[in-house]
This record gives sequence, C-alpha cells and structure tokens, in this order.
Amino acid sequence: MSPPSNSGARQGAHWLRALVARFGPGFGVCLLALAAFWVLLLILLPQLAMVDFSFRPNLPPAEQGGAHDTYTLEHYTYLIRGSEPDGYNTIDLAVFARTLLVAALVTVFDLAICYPIAYLLARSAHGGWARLLVLSLVVPFWVNEILRAFAFRILFGASGVINDALLFLGFAEEPMDFIRANVALYSGLAYAFVLLMIFPLYNAIESLDKNQVEAARDMGASTIYTHWRVVIPHAKPGISSGCTMVFMLSAGALAAPQILGGPSSLWFTQIIYQWFNTGNNWPRGSAYAIVLLVSTVLLVLLAMRVFKVRLTELGR
Amino acid sequence: MTANHVARIFLAAFVAMFFVYLFGPLLVMGVTAFNSSAFPRVTPFECFSVEWFGVLAAYGKLMRGLANSVTIGLGVVALAVPVGMAGALLLTQVPERARPWYYTMTISPILIPGVVLGISTLVFWDRLGRMFGAGEESVFYSGVFLTIIGQTTFVSAYCMLIFLARLQRFDGALEEAARDLGATAGQSFRKVLLPFLKPAIGSAAVLAFLASFENYNTTVFTSLTSETLVTVLAGKVRHGINPSISALAVIIIALTLLGAAVYEILKRREGREQSGKEGDRKRRATLLLNPALAVLLLICVAGVGTIYFAGTVGVEECKAAVQEEKRRRAQERIDALRRQRQSREPPSPTQDNGVRRRDDPTSIFAPDSIEIPGEAPEPSRDEPEEDTPAQRNVDPFAPENLAPTG
Repeated sequence: MSPPSNSGARQGAHWLRALVARFGPGFGVCLLALAAFWVLLLILLPQLAMVDFSFRPNLPPAEQGGAHDTYTLEHYTYLIRGSEPDGYNTIDLAVFARTLLVAALVTVFDLAICYPIAYLLARSAHGGWARLLVLSLVVPFWVNEILRAFAFRILFGASGVINDALLFLGFAEEPMDFIRANVALYSGLAYAFVLLMIFPLYNAIESLDKNQVEAARDMGASTIYTHWRVVIPHAKPGISSGCTMVFMLSAGALAAPQILGGPSSLWFTQIIYQWFNTGNNWPRGSAYAIVLLVSTVLLVLLAMRVFKVRLTELGR
Repeated sequence: MTANHVARIFLAAFVAMFFVYLFGPLLVMGVTAFNSSAFPRVTPFECFSVEWFGVLAAYGKLMRGLANSVTIGLGVVALAVPVGMAGALLLTQVPERARPWYYTMTISPILIPGVVLGISTLVFWDRLGRMFGAGEESVFYSGVFLTIIGQTTFVSAYCMLIFLARLQRFDGALEEAARDLGATAGQSFRKVLLPFLKPAIGSAAVLAFLASFENYNTTVFTSLTSETLVTVLAGKVRHGINPSISALAVIIIALTLLGAAVYEILKRREGREQSGKEGDRKRRATLLLNPALAVLLLICVAGVGTIYFAGTVGVEECKAAVQEEKRRRAQERIDALRRQRQSREPPSPTQDNGVRRRDDPTSIFAPDSIEIPGEAPEPSRDEPEEDTPAQRNVDPFAPENLAPTG
C-alpha cells in the first residue's frame, strides 16, 4: 500500500501534465500563474494579513514590528466590553445586532416580492416580452449605488414626492421624517438588491417541468399548495443563492446607510469605516471587519442547515 | 371563475406596483434634474431647465474623479479578464477532489462584503510595502493601483462565471480534431479555444468595466487620495445635495439604456449568424416589432425630444417669473404680519423691557426672520437651500454674512 501523500503527489503531477498537454507549456504556465496570483495574492494572503493585523495593538508606523508589537485580543474585547473594564459596549453591540437583524428582514422582504415576479417571468413571459422584462430589471441595477440611494433621499425627503402626496391626500398633517425613522434606509436597501434575488429564483423556477405544476393542479392541489409542495422545493437552491447574496450584501452595505441612515442610527460597516478614517485605528477596524465577515458567514451556514440546503447546491 | 378574475387583477396590481417601485425612484430623480429649483424636488416644478448639467460639467473634482474611474476601470479590465479566464480554464483541469474547494475559494470574493475586501487589500499591500521598505511615492501606496488590485479580486469572479457559462457549450472534440490535424497545444488554444471564447471575453470586459466603475464599498478604502467618480459623488451627497447629482443620474441612465439597446442589437445579430441565412428577411422584419427594442427606441426619442425642447423654452423668463412670484408671496406674508402687528399694538403700548421684546413677534427682529421663510418656503433638516446672491442681501442673519468683516 502506498501512502496517500504519494498518490496525491502523483495525481498533482498528473493534472499539471494534463494542463501543459492541453494548453502548451507557454499558455499553461501563464494560466497557472494568473490563477495563483488571484487565489494567493488577491484572495488568501490579504485575508490572512487582515486577520493577523486585527490581533495587533494600534501602534504608530515606527513601532510596528518592534518590541510592543505582540499579539493581543484587545480589539475583540473592546467590541464586547467597551472602554470601561466591567461594562459592555452596548452601542457597538446594538448596532451589530441591528445590522444583522435588518439585513435578514430585507432578505425576507426581497424574497417575498421577488418570488411572484420571478415565477411570472419564468412561466408566462416569452420571446421579446421576456427580454423586455429582463432588460427593465437590469437597467435600474446598473445605475450606481450612490445615485439609487440619492433617489430614495429625494423620494423620502421632507418635501419629497411621498410627503407631498401624503399631505395632498390628507393622510398627514405635516411632513413625516422618513429619514430619521429609517424607512428610507430599509426600502433603499431592499431596492438595491432586488435583482440579485430575482435572477437566481428565475433560473431555478425556469428549469421546473411545467407538467409537474399541471399534474399537481389536476390532482386538485390549490395554487398555494402547488407552490408549497412542488415549485418551492424545486427552486430551493435558487432561493438560497438569492437569499445568501442579498443578506451578505445588505449586511455589508456602506453607501446606502451613509446616505439614507438617520442621524442617530449607524450601520456596522459605518463603525468599521470610522475606525479606519476618523478613528485612525486600523487594527480595530480590521477586527470589526472580521467579526462582520465571520458572523454573516456563520449565519448563512446556519440558515442553510435549518433549511436543509447543501453548500454545493449554491451557485447553480 | 370570479375568484380567478380577482386573483388575476390582484396579480396585475402586484406587478404594476413592483415596477413602480423599480422605476419610480429613478423617474423622480430624473425629473428633478430638469427642475430649476435649487433643491432636488418634483413639486413645485418651477422651470424646465438644463442648467444643472452645466453645473455638473463645471465641477472639477467630479471630472478628475471621472478620469481616475476610467483609468481604474481599464486597469481592472486588463487584469480581471485574463485572471477570470485562467480561473475558469483551470477549474476544468483541477483534480476532481480539489474542485469544490477551488470553486468556493474563487467565488467567495463575490460574497465577502466589499468593505472587508477593501480593508484586507489595504492592510496587505501596506505590509508588503513596509517589507520592501517602499516609500510613500511607490506603487504600494498608490490609490489607483490598490483600487485596481482590490476590485480585481471580486471582478475576476464575475468574469470567471461568464467564461464558465460559455465553456459549458464548448465541444472538446474540436480541440482534439485540431491536434489530430497536427496543431500544437498552443496553436489549438490560440486558433480553436480562444476564438470560441471571444464573445465571452467581450461580455466579461464590459461587465468588468461597469462593475469597477460603480464600485463604492471597496474603492472608498483603497482609493486613498485618488478619488473616483463614485467616491466624490458619495462625499457630495453626504454633505448637502443639489440637482446636479440628478443630472449625472440622467446621463448614466441614458448611457445604460443606450448600452442595453446596443447589446440587444448585437445579440440579435449573433443569433442571426448562428441560425444561418434562412429566415433572415423575416427576422429583419421583426426587428422593429421586438418590444424590447421598440421601448428602448421610444425612450431615446422621448429623451432627445425633451432636451431639445428645453433649449427652446425661455428658461430665464420663467425663472424670473418664479422669483417674482416668490417675492410677491413673501411680501404678502409681510403685509399680513404688519397688519396683525398694527391691530395688536394698542393693547401693549409702552411695555418696553428687552425680555418682552424677544418673545414679541412684533419685535425689530421680525421682518428679517419673516423674509427668510418667504424666500425659501420649507427649510428643513435635510435640505440645505443654496442661497442665491440676491437672497443673501436680503438676509442679514445668513451664516455667510455673520462672518467677522473687520
């Protein structure tokens, strides 16, 4: 019996040889170098550097790598404890919890409004009209994030269209402060990621055999029951891809909270941004960024466990 | 049957509402770009004007940002398209067992928050720079370089997905045939696989440029001093807004629609080439009947039409009329208050201590404090009205005029 490492090495040599045989030595090495550059220098090492950096004290450049540059947990304990030794950092923790909760709610809202549209698009639109629908979904998505947030600011401002309409119709006595109440922020976030929800849903529903829906209906299933037992189970990978994207992106959004957020409420990414800019404490910003990344990934994995979706089903 | 009808109406209403949600905000923003009011608003619509486009063009910082954005976008295209292609081609070659790991690793930058990508890039290259003892002027501390690197991390993943979709349709027998006929591995790559991937290269390049151009979360960390269009824009929006931003949005929406139309036409041409010459005439006939194209064309015509008319309507006269109207309304209010004061004066004739005078609406401060709301109807927290010079003269308490003059 040969040790596994040996067979692994042989297999490794084998795929490298196959690579060179297919693309030739010149192109083969180029492809390998490009992919290695991407995976190592752009993805892996920067993340590791950030993790390492988050365990370092905040030192001026001259002292970095010096005697004081030892590993410490101070930035992570700061997030929980704050500056008081026996208190809790209630402000940051509350912002953190609110960010995750609102991101989850935005995800659920997007799923609720996108599912019917995706189903209609996949089932009943054909040819040119389907193209028009798809294009009309794509166009708002290419208008950049800042401008979309700006549009919501105009819409929800004190003299915005919505307030004017409410006043005109007599539903309100005086303009409502939608910005302070975060209504503008939540609807702006939901708006920003609609497309990322629709397309995975559309792809998943489109691959469903139409006969299955008809069979269910012939057997006497109601519309809701048909969706619950036939369409949704089939579209589960699409639903989970869409939800994962929307959740991750809204938890990591920065522009919309900066522009639409009320004066007294923050988004967790804004705290990270502050540590990097005005706070001038990069290691602490890195630690907060890692907390955000790890907690969102864990939440996604947890949700997938709860809804029984396997990781390999994502992105299909 | 009636239940079915109700459901249908309900569904139609839902779809209509969805599209209102999708386009309403953009439409409202577009309209504000043509309103001469200094605060972006639809009502009251004062005058149709294109002056905000001029304001936009005169804003130098934004134009420098645009130049940086284009440089960065081209850099990202040059880097991310080859990297994405290499990533996709390698996926087919990586040993079976390592494939899920490789795939997860390369796709992960799409899901990692942009903020995290920006920070990790910044920290990593800062470290590398220090390791090599590089100075502040070196490439390690150049905002343009760092932004290209940071954006390439996730843009490459988009490109890889495009190449993977195209590669799924590739017939491996073509490569084998080329090799059988005596082509070297390099030749078969250049002459068979690369031409097959050409459409994907085009799409990936366009997508990479657009993704780079509109990125904010990563760029705001990596750009350092070389701000891009989007970061300049964000700064501007956060510190007070005016309709020139709406004007920029109109330009971007117009470009997007134009791009969509070009894409649609190219797609049709490609489809025609693939289906051969037969049915060619029939397809050309339906080109204009295609709803997507027809709607896009309609929007373009409408847009050009409005801008043309904007030039012919007398903007200045209209603005003067609006100004006159405002002044008249302000005067009315002042008159009304004066009358009120006159009618109220007899009951409190001689009580003249300073404290009373403060609270009294009839104090000497009154006329000035009335004129401000007269000129700027609804000043509120989120709309800093931009004062015109004329207004400033009227308003002695404006912050600018309180500055020490001696």
